[in-house]
Parts: sequence; C-alpha cells; structure tokens
Amino acid sequence: MSSKVEEAKLSSYLILLAIAIICLFPLLWMLSSSLKSQAEIFTNMSLIPKRIFFKNYSDAWVKGKFAIYFLNSLIYTFCGVLGILTIGSLCAYGLARLKIPFKDIIFLILIIPLIVPLPGTFVPLYVLLKRLGLLDTRIGLILCYINGGLAFGIFLLKSFFEEIPKELEEAAIIDGATKWQIYFRIMLPLVKPALATLAIFNTVAIWNEFLLALIILQNPLKMPIQRGLMVFQGTHITEYGQLMAGLSIATLPVLIIYLLMQKYIIKGITAGALKG
Amino acid sequence: MKKDYHISNALFVLPAVLMFAIFTIYPFVKTFQLSVYEWDGISPNMKFVGFKNYIDIILADKIFWKSMTNAGVITLLALTFQNLLALILAVIIDRGIKFEKFFRTVYFIPPILSGVVVGLVWKWIYDGNYGILNTILSYIGLEKCATSWLSNPKTALLSVAIVHMWKGFGWGFIILLSGLQTIPRELYEASSIDGADSFKQFYYVTVPLMIPIFFIVSILTILGTMQIFDLIYSMTRGGPAGATEVPISYIYRYMSNNELGYATAMAVIFGIVLFLLSILQIKISRKLKKV
Repeated sequence: MSSKVEEAKLSSYLILLAIAIICLFPLLWMLSSSLKSQAEIFTNMSLIPKRIFFKNYSDAWVKGKFAIYFLNSLIYTFCGVLGILTIGSLCAYGLARLKIPFKDIIFLILIIPLIVPLPGTFVPLYVLLKRLGLLDTRIGLILCYINGGLAFGIFLLKSFFEEIPKELEEAAIIDGATKWQIYFRIMLPLVKPALATLAIFNTVAIWNEFLLALIILQNPLKMPIQRGLMVFQGTHITEYGQLMAGLSIATLPVLIIYLLMQKYIIKGITAGALKG
Repeated sequence: MKKDYHISNALFVLPAVLMFAIFTIYPFVKTFQLSVYEWDGISPNMKFVGFKNYIDIILADKIFWKSMTNAGVITLLALTFQNLLALILAVIIDRGIKFEKFFRTVYFIPPILSGVVVGLVWKWIYDGNYGILNTILSYIGLEKCATSWLSNPKTALLSVAIVHMWKGFGWGFIILLSGLQTIPRELYEASSIDGADSFKQFYYVTVPLMIPIFFIVSILTILGTMQIFDLIYSMTRGGPAGATEVPISYIYRYMSNNELGYATAMAVIFGIVLFLLSILQIKISRKLKKV
C-alpha cells in the first residue's frame, strides 16, 4: 500500500518536473543563444555557451536600436500606468463614495470591456487617431493604453473603496477636510495594495502590448520594444544571436518584476478572472 | 449650493468617462457605421453600400471563414488539452507537494512573456534549417518527422496551437489552483472516512464545487484564443497560404490594405460570434447550476 502511494508521488513529481522543463527550455535556449557568437550558434547545440559572447547585447543595444526601443517602452509603460492609476482611482472613488447622478449606470457602462469582447475596434480607433492628429504620436499610444486599463482599474478600486468604513470620511468632514483632501490623504493610502496590484499588472500588460503599437506607430524612433523586435527580425533574419539578445532585453524587466512581485500579479489575474 | 456639490463630484468621474467615450464608445459605434460603406480611409467621400460587405463576407469570403475555423481549431485544442493539463497540474499541487512554490512560479512564466517574444523564440525553434526541434528529432532518430514546421501548410496550424497552449496553460492553472484551494479540507477527510478513493473524491467532491471555475476558465480560454494575434503575427503572419490566418490577422490585413469598410464588417461579424459564444457559455453554466 505505502509503496503504491510512493509510486504515485514519484510519478506526480515526474509530471511536474517534465512540464517545468518544457516551460523553461525555450527561455533558457533564448538566453544561452544570446550569449553565443554567430559561428557557435549553428555548431554548438548545448545550453551552455563555450565562450560568453556579450557583443550580441552591445550590437543589439546600439546598432539594433534596442536602446531607443527600450527607452520608449519605459516611457509608455510609466505614463500608461500613472494615467490608469490616477484617472482610474479618481473615478472609482467618485463612483464608490460620492453622490453622482446615474452612477450605477455609469459604472456598468465603464466595465463593459470586461464583460463583452469588442474585437476589431482597432480599425475605427485608427481612423479616430488619424482625425485627431494623434496617429504616429507617443501621446496617441499612451492615451489608448490608459483607456485600455481603465475598466479593470475602476472595477478593482471601486470594490476596495467600498470596503473602507464610512466613519473615516465622516470624521474627516467634521474636521473640515475637503473631498479632495479626503481622497488624497485618507482614501488613497488605504487602497495601496490595490494600487500596487494594478500598477504591476498594467506594467506587464503595457510592456508586452503589440497590436496597438503596430497600428498606431510608423516611426521606428517612437516604437516600443515589442515592435522594435519585429522590425529587427525583419531586417536581420538569421542573426539569431543578436535577435535572442534583443528578445532577452525585452524579457528581463518583465521576468524580474514577476519574480519580485509575483503575489501582486497573481492577485490581478485571479481578481480579473473571478469577476464573472 | 447643492448643485455645486454635484458638479465638483462629477469632476472625479469626468476624466475616465471622457476617455472611455472617446476611445471605446466612439470606435465601437463607428465600427457599425463604417461597415456599411466602401472606404479607403483617406478619400473624403465614402460610398454607401448597405449590407454588401456583410453579404460578401458571409457568402463569398472563404478565407474569412477559414480564419474563423483556424481560430476555432486552436480554441478547441486549448479548451481540451491546455485546460486538462492545467487541471491535472493544479490538482497535483493542491494535494500538497514539496517545491510547490517553485512549480507555481515556473508554470506562470510563459503567460507573463509577450506574444512577440514567445513567437520569435519558437519561430526559431521550429525553423526548418536552423531549428533546435529538428536537431533534437534527428538526434533521437526521428529525422523523418523533421520539417519546416511553420512553412509547411500541414503542420503550421498545429505548431502555432502548441505554442499558444504552451503560453496559456499557466493561466488556467493559476485560476484553477486558487479555486481548488477554497475547497474545505474537511470535505476530503469526511469522504475518505466514507471510503472514497482519490478518484471518487475528485469526481464527487472536487468537480461539483469547481464547475463555476471551470466555466470561467473556459470562457476566458475561448475569448482569449479566438482573438489570438501577436503569436500568429510574429510566427507566420497568417501564412503559409492562409493556413494560420485568424480573424484579427485577417481584419488587420484588410485594414492595412485600406479597405476599412470590409474590415469593420468582419469585425462586427466576429464580435457577434464571440458575443453569442459567451452568452451560450453563461446559459449552460446557469443550467448546470440548477441541476
């Protein structure tokens, strides 16, 4: 009996381990190839490079323009996340706590994108940005990113604001605080965990975003890293070492954030999924 | 005085409402409007064509339906294999295992990677000349199976689907695991005292309690997979010869060709299909709850 249990345990571990290796292999392959010279890439199939070759990174960074793409991605991610947190938390607080006409309906409309899929709206969005003169501009892309994160941000923050006891606000009103003071000094600090979850969740989402960047931007100098990768791949088809270096540059920030802030990302995922 | 109170309250909500109106509602409404025109996106006169775009798409556009079927095939594979794998892993980990944190961390790495990164790494792995997959196959004596995985029309769709499932199973895994962990342990203890083995426990205790979560995961899998794009674009751009074309890549293709009316009509049809699929899922889940 106990040997049967042992056997079951062992096979469980084998399954878990095999899947873990399948998960990690492409990533390790990318990292190890990014450190091999062009000659070694086609001859040495081992995961460990014979000689560490950092030139791929410096070439990708400078000649491959990844320095520019990387900086652009930082700008888009920072501005996008800041916008989502600011505009989202203001709106969520208003809907959760202030007297506003039709606020239940407003809330329902704002979270439509969480319930109903709206595919292909990128076509009229392209037309709209063109009319507004925002096509191929940084601000156009940033505005779209902020808008894309609002629905989930408002949904999550509203539920957090609603859990805060009303007495806190009432006491502050008696002390003569304005609603803006209440919002900044009392309410925002109390929803820090939700803000952190949203910040990290949206950082990963915006850093990885591709489709909007594809339709909105034409100028390579404005492109984020995901688009830069496609541009680089199109012109340096078989320079795998440099391409893998570029892919690693695009991946490392997200991987580091994930390993450090796993808790928040998982929270965002499960909160997002269990909304239904 | 009272009115002033309301106005400054509205200031909290205004930025979000404005953005949403401009960047979500307007494009959404505009999709329907553009779909009854023939328009290149540039010329000032749009030609009204009524439902012609819709009729052309539904009756005559084989590639559109091929793109729907392709996405459907990937979705079916993801619904079965990907979610089954996610469930098996979640159940094993839920039963208590050493290194739980390690496995959880590793399984969720593919979902946080970008579609473009994953697509480009796998494109190389699959490459007919320089790809590691063929090297491994010939190493273990299966040279016969080696092929240019993504440019062979017979293997392209399945190859893409495998990458999609590789990237996606960690998602379902995390959601299923968090669902499993809410099941009170006493239920398992009680049923094992009643003599249920672990398969019976799974069938009579776990499954009924997990049905709502199964539905959430299925809806997310369906909606997410049908709208697959980044992986397709970075691996095959819909090729070879439309073998991996999916609705979003096809809509994008028409948009880049400046056929905006046709592109938006496809978007409307595709949107309606997705909407019906999610309604259907919700209806089924309601019925199951009653049983």
